[in-house]
Amino acid sequence: MAEVVLDQISKSFGSLKAVDNISMTIPDGAFVVLLGPTGAGKTTTLRLISGLEKLDSGSIRIDGRDVGLETPAQRDVAMVFQQYSLYPHMTVRENLSFPLRSPILRTPEDEITRKVGEVAEILQIPHKLDNKATELSGGEMQRVSIGRALVRDPQIFLMDEPLSSLDAKLRADLRIELKRIQADLGSTLLYVTHDQVEAMTMATHIGVLEDGKLVQYGTPRDIYENPGSVYVASRLGLPRINILPSELFGGDHKGPQIGLRPENIVEGDGIEARVIRAEHLGDQTRLHLDLNGHPIVTLIDVHQDYPAGKTIKIRPNNPLYFDASGARVT
Amino acid sequence: MSSFSVTEPSKRSKWVAGTLVITYALITMIPLVWILLTGFKSPADAISYPPKVVFDPTLEGYVNLFTTRTRQTQEFLNANPPQNWADEIVRQYDMVIVGPSKFGERFMNSVIIGFGSTFLSIFLGTLAAYAFSRFKVPLKDDLLFFILSTRMMPPVAVAIPIFLMFRNLGLSDTHLGMILLYTGVNISLAVWLLKGFIDEIPREYEEAALIDGYTRFQAFYKVVLPQAATGIASTAIFCLIFAWNEYAFAVLLTSATAQTAPPFIPTIIGVGGLDWPAVAAGATIFLIPVMIFTILMRKHLLRGITFGAVRK
Repeated sequence: MAEVVLDQISKSFGSLKAVDNISMTIPDGAFVVLLGPTGAGKTTTLRLISGLEKLDSGSIRIDGRDVGLETPAQRDVAMVFQQYSLYPHMTVRENLSFPLRSPILRTPEDEITRKVGEVAEILQIPHKLDNKATELSGGEMQRVSIGRALVRDPQIFLMDEPLSSLDAKLRADLRIELKRIQADLGSTLLYVTHDQVEAMTMATHIGVLEDGKLVQYGTPRDIYENPGSVYVASRLGLPRINILPSELFGGDHKGPQIGLRPENIVEGDGIEARVIRAEHLGDQTRLHLDLNGHPIVTLIDVHQDYPAGKTIKIRPNNPLYFDASGARVT
Repeated sequence: MSSFSVTEPSKRSKWVAGTLVITYALITMIPLVWILLTGFKSPADAISYPPKVVFDPTLEGYVNLFTTRTRQTQEFLNANPPQNWADEIVRQYDMVIVGPSKFGERFMNSVIIGFGSTFLSIFLGTLAAYAFSRFKVPLKDDLLFFILSTRMMPPVAVAIPIFLMFRNLGLSDTHLGMILLYTGVNISLAVWLLKGFIDEIPREYEEAALIDGYTRFQAFYKVVLPQAATGIASTAIFCLIFAWNEYAFAVLLTSATAQTAPPFIPTIIGVGGLDWPAVAAGATIFLIPVMIFTILMRKHLLRGITFGAVRK
């Protein structure tokens, strides 16, 4: 396990700047999540660290060693791909043993048997060990793919949306399992996702990417409570933060745009809004409001009835303010 | 989607399709069956008109194919009784077997040159196809087109230059020369077919292997090659069939040492009249290796021919 330092790394594909001057430190034993929409440069960052892509500029240090010229094998990283990439001509056992048999590790056979058995146990696939990789369900394939990384003891685990193709229940189970394994082993892990629940629940640090740039890097709480821009604020929180013109609410305001998360909206006094519809989710009710032509989504008391057309009063409470370009104003 | 089943053909259409396929198979098999039968006929039965379907089978054609014989005087024949069943067969023409014919040797030449050039074409073709598929090769499209263009003219068009080149290089009538020549002709087919197959194999597998601690070459033979087996097998069949059947270059460039079976078989006709049974026997034996090779590779070939549908 090791600290990984990215120092002003950049990578372009033709005219597209996939990764644009990113600097960040992934501390030893940290679970860092890169968050951002498709095309933000998350996967490219992973591939640059793994050595599957060459840097245009900047440097990457793993455990203090500059790995810029090293092959993926020499870097000693493990990676879980989004599309499983299990070797289709091998059994599950052979797939899991494959990294241990590499010319770099040359693990003794009894050690391989032990480790493969251990990982199969953790991922609940011991009964599938002798199946062909192609005979598995999607969820099983992805677990084997995670297992292929876990059998090793690499400097850093790189995971590219490993849970995105699983069904909701399995995703929730594996989320907890992955976090537990990482904590137990004290592994350094860099995890790419666009799922904010995964980011909030697993990360010790979150890096938010926008168009190849790292726009904010900090703890999940910090990113949630002190977003540096509208873009970062919109990444976390369900329902999404409501961005509205500040003058709607009158009075003093620090910037032209106001950001309201459900917890920043107090019902009972303030200005009038019309109910469009209420969505009852069981443990919470989502209320869609119209405020002078601006749509707002907030959460309200589950036990009250809000028929469409009803008018309620709302006011902001500890809101976030942003300037016209979207940057935070404090 | 429509409500009636379109996936399961009706009993009647299955029956019609089956009949058509069997009829077609029977028609295409007639020449092969005729060659097989002619090999077991006597020379008189072979050329009789109307053609005989029912006849007394004899191994005369096969004996004539594998031996050289001379006519002997009656005194000699009486003094030396026949030594074996083959001898007995040729005695009816007052002949004795004096030694083996060249057929065995020519057949082995075909095996060496056919399989040798197929192996070399596949070996070089796979490496080239992998490079074209995965790496940024300068002028890739031009190079690929150039490789394909070597197939665009009839081989006979370059026969004279190749004949002169081979003479100067000392490759005329050598096994190495013929292996190189057939490899040169087959390599374009091999590169293009194999590139198609390798393109279908997602790169993620190699990337996973690189991360798992393997070098690029190890990833190639541990992960890419096993998945390209289908393509390699069907390409090998195409290469072997070409090299095995090739006639024009073989006539021109080989004679005493490296002559293959195709130019040899017709020369049998000249020895002791029109010996059709011996020719047919030679053709029958000549067909066997390709048939065995194709049957061994059949499983791969079926999947290979539909190579757009390779499982990803």
